[in-house]
Amino acid sequence: MSGRVLLGLALAALAAAPAVLPPFFVYLLALVLVTGLLATSLNLVLGYGGLYQFHHGVFYGIGAYTAAVGITRLGWPAWLAFLVGPLAAGLAGLVIGFFCVRLSRLYFGMLQLSLGSFVWIVALRWYPVTGGDNGIHGIPLPPVLQTLPGAYALVAGAVVASLAALWAVVRSPFGLTLQAIRDNPQRSEVMGVDVRAHQLAAIVLAAFFAGVAGVLYVALERSVFPSMLFWVLSLEILVMCLLGGWFTFSGPLVGAAVVVGLRTLAGRYTEYWTLVLGVLLILLIFFLPEGIMGHLQQRWNAHRAPSARPATAGDVRG
Amino acid sequence: MDAAAVLGQLVVGLSRAMILFIVSAGLTLILGVLRVPNVFHGSLYMLGAFVAWTVAEAVGPHPAGLWLALAAAPLVTAAVGLVLERLLLSRLYYREHLMLILFTFGVMLVLNDLVKLLWGPTYRSLVPPPSLQGAVTLLGVALPKFNLVLLVAGPLVGVGLWLFTHRTRAGRIARAAATDRDMVAVLGVDVSRVFGMAFALGCFLAGLGGALVAPTTSITLGMDHSLLIDSFLIVIVGGLGNLWGALAGSLLFGITQSVGLLVWPQFAVAFPYAVTAAVLLVRPTGLLRSAW
Repeated sequence: MSGRVLLGLALAALAAAPAVLPPFFVYLLALVLVTGLLATSLNLVLGYGGLYQFHHGVFYGIGAYTAAVGITRLGWPAWLAFLVGPLAAGLAGLVIGFFCVRLSRLYFGMLQLSLGSFVWIVALRWYPVTGGDNGIHGIPLPPVLQTLPGAYALVAGAVVASLAALWAVVRSPFGLTLQAIRDNPQRSEVMGVDVRAHQLAAIVLAAFFAGVAGVLYVALERSVFPSMLFWVLSLEILVMCLLGGWFTFSGPLVGAAVVVGLRTLAGRYTEYWTLVLGVLLILLIFFLPEGIMGHLQQRWNAHRAPSARPATAGDVRG
Repeated sequence: MDAAAVLGQLVVGLSRAMILFIVSAGLTLILGVLRVPNVFHGSLYMLGAFVAWTVAEAVGPHPAGLWLALAAAPLVTAAVGLVLERLLLSRLYYREHLMLILFTFGVMLVLNDLVKLLWGPTYRSLVPPPSLQGAVTLLGVALPKFNLVLLVAGPLVGVGLWLFTHRTRAGRIARAAATDRDMVAVLGVDVSRVFGMAFALGCFLAGLGGALVAPTTSITLGMDHSLLIDSFLIVIVGGLGNLWGALAGSLLFGITQSVGLLVWPQFAVAFPYAVTAAVLLVRPTGLLRSAW
């Protein structure tokens, strides 16, 4: 029951935030929500699916770029662009996933990194459409979205709805099968589960929600740029999942809050953010492999059942 | 399109393929023995190029400068790799595989910013000594002399690696560890030490590739990125851990890019990707047999 109380409190806080917080923090909160959705969508395939999804940022970028190009170059209304963006991301997930699920884990990650980089190169070079390394700025949006409260309301509403949908996916028979595949692919195969089809479906779903995060970013920032598709961003969201704990649903959200906060803070003092991120990642691997939420969960479990040996998720051999 | 242009382009493509081969041979060696796709391999390549530039600058116009640079850069990257492996990576071997990969990710982020910190964001160029400048004319085609150096260096490295893995005890143990590391450990071999050695050798090759490419291109931040992605694709196409696969993949990459430059220059970069996708559709595990 305490979980429901917490959830209710969190929703109330999200609703009250624009009235209480100064604008910068409302903006920061919206950014955390967008990034949190992105990290949670990655965790569907990474944590629950056990797939080495190393270039998830590509789908985020494709969603955002599709919306931006649709509005600025093709003259679509914003609502249409915001619908097509996630669909385009899902389609990209289908194409990239089709090649990747045929391969074993390591090949999967390496190939995804390579195919994703190809998309990045296209975004960087196709000046007339994507604006090249400048990206697209000042995307015209309906007046209500040009105000911070309006953009915040859209972001918060869409992120909460998407997280609820992802939660439902994780708890559905499909989600449970996905976790069974992660834990023992051979056995699942023998039991008659179409392993590749499940993995591909998970990739498409995750890509779709990454695309949702992408169009929400457009709603918030009114601009897109190639670094949204660059693999350093994909790494950042991997770090978020690791930091928060990828065997928990809420972990990536917590990780996103910490990383976005750190990046904002570090941006004031240094231009070497990736150095900070790299050191953070290495420290996490050595000292907190189960993540913040995973660690809390272990302590909570140990507290409730002192005799039970706590799960050591970080020690499972790959 | 005349024959001279085709031949000239072919030589450029082949010399690019030699650089790719040297770097991806290192990557595939580490993959074969340690089963880790070393994500900071590209950073070491970049570091190798910058170290080579610094050494060549320090020596000045003397012709020995280039050779000294070619010797120093791979030693520096091998040392960096060895220290990282012995101090940190080796403590992760018993952990989940993903953690090893993420560790190399973290090192990549740190190394790239360290290079930025040490050398700054400006472009550098390494001018080869006068004896290696200019071009030789062969069959009416002007071929840059340094490209010919690369055409010799690639096969030399290939033969050297083959001799090492097939004719030395350490190399044989490394190959055995790639096939069945548990069995090798049971036979009383210190597998961890073999891992360290293979890792350092792989890093050596990354630095050598960077030093060799330095005189032919502008040395800059970000040069690691496309190379890492290319060499990932090369080892996938070739078969993970397979040295000859790395060679086949590199040739495929270099030559398709040259063909691309001749037929459709704007999208020449896309050609190797298209060929890779086609190969993987037909043979999902690469052209040659994977080491494991």
